[in-house]
Amino acid sequence: MGEGETMGLITDIRNSVRRVTDNLFDSGEPKRIGIYGPPNAGKTTLANRISRDWTGDVIGPESEIPHETRRASRKENVEIKRNGKTVTIDIVDTPGVTTKVDYEEFVAYDLDEDEAIERSREATEGVAEAMHWLREDVDGVLYVLDSSNDPFTQVNTMLIGIIESQNLPVLVLANKTDLEDSNVGRIQNAFPQHDTLAMSALEGENMDDVYDRIAEKFG
Amino acid sequence: MIDVGEVTHDSADGVRIDMVSAERLDGMATMEKIRMVLDAVHEGNIVILEAGLAPDEESKLIEVTMSEIDPDGFSGIEIETYPKSSSDPSLIDRLVGGSSTSKLTVIGPANRIETLHKDESLISALVSRQ
Repeated sequence: MGEGETMGLITDIRNSVRRVTDNLFDSGEPKRIGIYGPPNAGKTTLANRISRDWTGDVIGPESEIPHETRRASRKENVEIKRNGKTVTIDIVDTPGVTTKVDYEEFVAYDLDEDEAIERSREATEGVAEAMHWLREDVDGVLYVLDSSNDPFTQVNTMLIGIIESQNLPVLVLANKTDLEDSNVGRIQNAFPQHDTLAMSALEGENMDDVYDRIAEKFG
Repeated sequence: MIDVGEVTHDSADGVRIDMVSAERLDGMATMEKIRMVLDAVHEGNIVILEAGLAPDEESKLIEVTMSEIDPDGFSGIEIETYPKSSSDPSLIDRLVGGSSTSKLTVIGPANRIETLHKDESLISALVSRQ
């Protein structure tokens, strides 16, 4: 076993021990649930849907322009009531993760060059911030995918691998089932090792099942 | 950039590919690996890692890449590796010496690699000249 693998193993063991002790000495604090996924998967729409359903407020603006969310934002103490039980979570809406940001991509959305450059700079900071939250500050993950897109992308492969290496509980959400090209089966085939739920955050489709599973998984 | 001695070529000649063995990667710390990859990619080269990167290293690679993106030049990386299969060894398997989870990884400048197709067992990419 090489040095890199050994270090990875030590990190795995440390994370496993931390999570076991966290469970044993659960302080009753709300679990921080990060909403992760590629840009334009509908993460903020989902965060707003959950927040609006249980607190009446929204978390952030939604947009078709990639990287609309450029800072992680948290909604604290969201109380989800299921089957007579109340589960309290903090929802963390994170910027979409990518390995590349080209400001010209924003020019195509009618932003002028200065705005596009500023947006791309903020987007890069946001992605780095999202990665940091994932390594250090979340207790579970809602992984959101646009079910009308191919899930076999590098960002998905890497992020799911990172989430698994941290031993974080994860629920895969095949979002945008309201779209004609939606293909939930493709997502289930891509990540057979994880529970996948079909849903539309925009239309509110299947949200009851989503809340049941959130309560089971993160409660 | 990976030191290959006296051999130099103008990048206009073609696309340079550095293939890094698992043995070489084994002896490197995380930041050494990330620096090696990003220095090569900044030069317009393609890097192929025989053993790939650990998830934590991939996470840090994304973070460092983001900090180096510059609207006037570097727009990031394209990275490809095979999806993790559900039959990959667990932590227990690794503790008792199970098979390696590492996978071949290809990394290059985002503006020079385009992924044409990717599934569980095949990655097809187009590499262009500068």
